[in-house]
Amino acid sequence: MDFFGFIVKLIFFYSNVIFILLSIALFTWIERKVMSNVQRRKGPTVVGLFGCLQPFADGLKLIIKEIIIPTNSNVIIFLISPLLTFFFTLFLFFFIPFHNGYILLHSPISILFLLAISSLSVHSIIFSGWASNSKYAFLGSIRSASQMISYEIALSTIFISVIMLSGSYSLIDIVNAQKDIWFIFPLFPFWIMFLIIALAETNRAPFDLPEAEAELVAGYNVEYSAIIFALFFLAEYGNILIISSISVIFFFGGWSSFFTSISFAFKLSIHVFFFLIVRSAFPRYRYDHLMKIGWKIMIPLSFIFLMLESSLILIFNIF
Amino acid sequence: MKDTLFLFILMFYYLVYTHFNIASYFIFLFSFSFILLGICLILSENNSYFEKNTSYECGFDPFSDTKSPFDVKFYLIAILFIIFDIEIIFFLIWAVCQKELYIIGYYIIYLFFFILLLGFFYEIRKNSLDWN
Repeated sequence: MDFFGFIVKLIFFYSNVIFILLSIALFTWIERKVMSNVQRRKGPTVVGLFGCLQPFADGLKLIIKEIIIPTNSNVIIFLISPLLTFFFTLFLFFFIPFHNGYILLHSPISILFLLAISSLSVHSIIFSGWASNSKYAFLGSIRSASQMISYEIALSTIFISVIMLSGSYSLIDIVNAQKDIWFIFPLFPFWIMFLIIALAETNRAPFDLPEAEAELVAGYNVEYSAIIFALFFLAEYGNILIISSISVIFFFGGWSSFFTSISFAFKLSIHVFFFLIVRSAFPRYRYDHLMKIGWKIMIPLSFIFLMLESSLILIFNIF
Repeated sequence: MKDTLFLFILMFYYLVYTHFNIASYFIFLFSFSFILLGICLILSENNSYFEKNTSYECGFDPFSDTKSPFDVKFYLIAILFIIFDIEIIFFLIWAVCQKELYIIGYYIIYLFFFILLLGFFYEIRKNSLDWN
């Protein structure tokens, strides 16, 4: 708790965050590359080898642009909300164990932290839509928020199913519980549901209703420019990385196979690839269909599977 | 006013002292995002005029206030979400010690679940989850 220790810790966090941001930047590059190759284009090729420095060039360009604050907007909330989104996304990364000892924040209740902070990020979206005083942003933020909260119920039910098998709130314990068998084998239907919910929760295609270009231009970040837009952008892609790594930890045993953290990265990149392929292959849903899937299919199904699983655990425990 | 402010400062110091990791993360992350914003404000040139600062619209001047009333469905969804979220919290506590509770915990959670399911089917029958 001395001053020197505090400084050392800050340097450690800074280096970690820089690597997290690097991975997000590379993710955006890979998305553009995969999308272009699916559509038989070349994608970014100019900056760096195969265009791999493109995201950094874009980021630098966004930093030197002007921040436009629209008239009639609530300036403080308008500026605070992207910072909050970015903050929550980076904060979620600290609970993800990439390797056996390598977790930034040791916590026995890391799942509860994940749930709490990911639901807090709804607030910043609402703030941004409300404060920018634009119809498009407002509608986009409301759509986004209601979509996120309705899929969050089914998401937390899946969290519960994993907690029930591992008997712990800690992500490290969950990974250690999968030494013998990955949870995807007993919980296969949950994994399928998790993938669909992950698409809806991160506002990705085919559930990217808040960003539907034809209707709402860009959703809640219409009015944002320069670095505050970049913060939203980074947060969005960081959320995808987080939800993919949660899927890896819950269903694919995290690092608990050979090559440890390299295998973690491999599984993570396969999940990310799934996100990109889905975006390039599927058309957008209609909003009422989206809500119908969320409330009338996902929630009852997840509850039924949860009850089934609890009964099976009880049967195996008694006999 | 002064007392509450003092209390907040005291709580902040207590948090920093007891949860050093989390507190330092908070400070660090806020400073990081503010630094990014500050760099942008320093580097960018600012030449704004009225048309640039008006909010986005298609071809006409936007009306003064766009915080218009919205569909009550969204509000209803939020209310339903609260009920289900509380239920999820109960489930979370049961799930972690489910193996220790054995058959009693199982029966009680089934009763709770049954009551919740009744409400859920009532909502579906009343078409409160339909979007037209």
